[in-house]
This record gives sequence, structure tokens and C-alpha cells, in this order.
Amino acid sequence: MGVRGFGLTREEAFEQAALALTAVVTDLKTVTDKEVVDITCEAPDDELLFADWLNSLVYEMATRNMLFSRFEVRIDGQRLHGKAWGENVDVARHRPAVEVKGATYTSLRVCPNARGEWMAQCVVDV
Amino acid sequence: MDTSLLKRESDFEWHVPQTGKMNVPGIIYATEELIRDMDNKVHEQMTNVAMLPGIQKASFAMPDAHWGYGFPIGGVAAFDPDEGGVVSAGGVGFDVSCGVRTLLTGLAATEIEAVKEQLADFLFRAIPAGVGSTGKLHLNQEEMDAMLTGGAQWAVEQGYGLREDLERIEEHGQMKHAKPGEVSEQAKKRQRDEVGTLGSGNHYLEVQKVLEIYDKDVASAFGLREGDAVLSIHCGSRGLGHQIGTDFLKKMVIATPGFGIQLPDRELACAPINSDLGRSYLGAMRAAINCALANREVITHLVRQAFAEILPKANLKLIYDVSHNTCKVEEHAIDGEKKRVFVHRKGATRAFGPGHVDLPEALRSIGQPVLIGGTMGTASYILVGTSVGEARSFSSSCHGAGRRMSRHQATKQWKGRELIDYLATRGILIRSPSYRGVAEEAPGAYKDVTVVVDAADQAGLSRKVAKLAPMICVKG
Repeated sequence: MGVRGFGLTREEAFEQAALALTAVVTDLKTVTDKEVVDITCEAPDDELLFADWLNSLVYEMATRNMLFSRFEVRIDGQRLHGKAWGENVDVARHRPAVEVKGATYTSLRVCPNARGEWMAQCVVDV
Repeated sequence: MDTSLLKRESDFEWHVPQTGKMNVPGIIYATEELIRDMDNKVHEQMTNVAMLPGIQKASFAMPDAHWGYGFPIGGVAAFDPDEGGVVSAGGVGFDVSCGVRTLLTGLAATEIEAVKEQLADFLFRAIPAGVGSTGKLHLNQEEMDAMLTGGAQWAVEQGYGLREDLERIEEHGQMKHAKPGEVSEQAKKRQRDEVGTLGSGNHYLEVQKVLEIYDKDVASAFGLREGDAVLSIHCGSRGLGHQIGTDFLKKMVIATPGFGIQLPDRELACAPINSDLGRSYLGAMRAAINCALANREVITHLVRQAFAEILPKANLKLIYDVSHNTCKVEEHAIDGEKKRVFVHRKGATRAFGPGHVDLPEALRSIGQPVLIGGTMGTASYILVGTSVGEARSFSSSCHGAGRRMSRHQATKQWKGRELIDYLATRGILIRSPSYRGVAEEAPGAYKDVTVVVDAADQAGLSRKVAKLAPMICVKG
């Protein structure tokens, strides 16, 4: 499935795409933002950094058994410092549709569009 | 796909002529109808794969080929390390050694019918599936490494599964030369609670009826009779395999320019087989294969326990376990000479023909069972490897129906609840934690598996043996 985020900045586009990532799994409205997880990643270009950001979220979702509904991203050169707020998976309430295996490099793009907004997208494997 | 891009060799074999930077031609095994339905990306991706160094004979696509990550899903490509051949994480996929196993039950389908609802509920409770589920085994570091080295053999030694299962699994249940040390801590952490879990998406556990037999002799050798009940499990290496895919895709993308390899597509990130990175990936990938084999063996143990409660006279015997996302070292005849090559099968099934030394004694003169999963509403098939398959496609065949629309489009066309109710009227019980998940897996979202299997049969890749109809389908 494809995920895409738009924003006035790269960071905002990354945050929005992370919301799309959660929406692949469940209805975003059902996920509360009780607990925060810190994420750091590093990559040689914006696109690999975006894939790393999503893959870090996939990793935290898998190992903490969590879903996230709010994000904050700060990019400093080739490093990303992020926060993700969410809660533990409750199968009865969240009814997860699929598990995301990882972010791929298919249709991977981070760039400004004609309106000057930033866009970040890629296909995630489910 | 526009057929004018291809040269028709026969009704079932089409070539992509070798041009430009391609090192070999492309060969698609499919009917004209299947090819017209294939997305153009299959042509593009096959052509890109043909440009990789050290590729042998051709870049192949199976009848169920569709758009994948770098390699098309349903793609087969073999590389010679002595010719600078490469190994590609994208050529194996994110779910390393995703595969299918089918077991005889020793029961008639009518005996399942009598307790179908009860069995469906019991299996749904007994087999951990989907997001939020947890396996019953929690491995420490030492046990994790033992599992990654030992595969299904490890599982049997731990009391999960039977020793006689092992000869009915590729590599006899244990992929040699696995290197748990090349698997990241993150990958192991992702697997800690996932041993013996089904996963989600297109993974399933299905109780099936043998609807039709096409080859009586081979069916008899496999233990199959019309009206029998069998059980199939489709899943892979879970979080560990996915993380290995993620880890090495990034490493390869960064390293590929340094190897002097020009990639037509970043997703084809690869490394020379004879390089530290290539060897590191192969070691990790083989560990992931063992993870998948162990996983399916543990799930089989849980299924046997469930049957013992509901249908105590059941005797679940493994027909075979195939994997369809791997890179295996095999000997194949190329231009009249036996060569040791690294065969990538991405959404394609190994299909050794009669006489192959790697087959168990009971099946050696018959050929390897090839298990093709269909959809929860249609059918699945059992085929057998052929003697011409090696020359056709390095002994490879299709792996399933292949999607014909995206998950998003599927949820616009179908509602999970309605689908479950409709399939129940046809005698198929679905158990899943998510209606949306069911809608995404709607039978209509997939190509016609019968057309795909018929094409594989007509192309000589593998021959039809039996058709299976779903009775119970458990999904994550």
C-alpha cells in the first residue's frame, strides 16, 4: 500500500505520512496518544531518511505492540529526531487489518510539489 | 501489458528481446490473456533484472507475475558468482521464505463438515494470528540463534512437530550455512514474541476438501484422494524476515555504487555474491529461511493439538512444505554445462522434477509437490515438478493467483462482513479479527488461480495433480 504525506516542511510531510502508516493498519480515530516513544535515525539522503523513519515506526509498532496517532519530527542534516505518541494494540477496539512488514523503496519520493508543499511517499509492504 | 513488446514463441512462452543494457532476454510463461492483464511494470522490472551482472539464461516471469519491489513478484533469476553475479534483497522479498505447507488429515471432508463451526472457532483461538497476537514461545538469545541455525529440525528437537515431517520440507527442514550473527538485534527482537504466529495480509490457515484429481498416480503417491480433507498453512519468517529485508535493502542501496554496479532501479539494490556484504546477506537470509521453516513447524504442532481435541482420529501428515521467496544455491545445466548458480525466486515456487537428488526417497521418482494457494473463495492446487521444468525456468513455477487490484480498491468494492456471510452460504467459514482485512483479501481482488495454474501446466513448469476447495479459512 502507498502512504503519502504533505506539509509546509519536510518534517510535516514525514509526520503526515506516519499518520497514513497507522491508517494502513487501523482507523486513526481509535488510537489514543497515551505513551510517547523516541525515535532517532540517520541516512545519507532525504528519501532514505524517510524510509528509515517509517521503518523505525514499524519496528516500534512490532516490538512494543503499539499503534501511534501523533508524531513530531525534527530533521538535522542527515539525522532525524522524532516522537511518536500512541497506545498498546487492543485487537477488539483497533481491529487491525494488516501488519506492515516494512517501508520499501518503491515510489519512494521526498520533494516539493508545484505548490511549494513538501511531499513524502513510498509503498509499504503488508 | 502490451503484447507488441514481446516476441511470441508459443501460446505459453513469450520473450522480451535482449536489447540495450540487458545481459539476457526476458521470458514470460503465460497465456496471452494473462499477459494482457499484467501491468506494464512487469515488463519494465523483468528488463531491469536482465541488466544485473552475472545473470544466467534469462530473466523469467511466471504466469502470476505482477509489480513487485525491484524484481517482479513471480520473478526468477539465477546468477553465477564466477561471472560477477549478484544477490539482491529485493529479489528475495520482505517475507523471506514465505511458503505453503499442506498436510493430509486422514479424514474425509464430510467428517470435517460435521464439526466445521467448532473446528473453525478452535483453530482461530489456537493459532496466534494478526497484529496484537503473540506466539506461545519466547526465545532467549541462545534459543533464538539455535532456531535460526536449526530451522524445523530445531522445532522438532524442542518437541514441536514430528521427525518424519523433516524430509517433506525443502532442505530437509534446515537451511545450511545460516549465520545468526549476521542477523541484527532488531530483527531478533522483532521475532522474540512471534515464533509460531500466522501473520496477516494474505497469510492463512485453511482446511480444504480435495475436489478433483487430475493425475491419479501422482495423487496416490502424495496420499491424496477425492473427498479427503487436507490442511494448508501459508506464512513466512515473520518480523525477523521483514527486518532482514529492511536492514539489507538499505545496506545494499548505499553499497551498490561502490561495487561499480549501475542500478536501473534503486529497488534492485544488490551486492556481488563474492563480497562481504553478499555473504553477510546470504547468511542472514538463510537464518530467516530457518525462521520460516521453524515457524510453520510450530504452527503445525499447534494445529495437531487442536485436531486432537475436536477430531481425535485425525492423523496430520505433511505432504510437503515449499518456500517462494528465497535465493538458493543449485546446480543447473546452462549451455550444456553444469553450473552452480544462485537462484532468486521472488513469489515463485521451486519445482524439482522426477529424479532430483534433493527430494525425499518416497517422492524422488515422482517429482516435488508444488503447492499453489488460491483465494479463500475459489480454489488452491497441488501440482508436481516436471522433467522439462529445469530447462524452462530453473525448475520454478508460479506461487498463487496474484493480485489484480490494490488493497485500497478492494475495500471500495467489498465489505468484509458481507463477504464472510456470502462465503458462509457457500459452505466456507472465515475467521478473522478484521472485516477490512477480509475485504482486502476478497477473492475478486485476485486473478483467476485456475487460469494461472493451467498456464503453468501448459508451459511445462509444473503439472496439475489435484484441486482443493476451501472449507475453513483462518486469517490474521
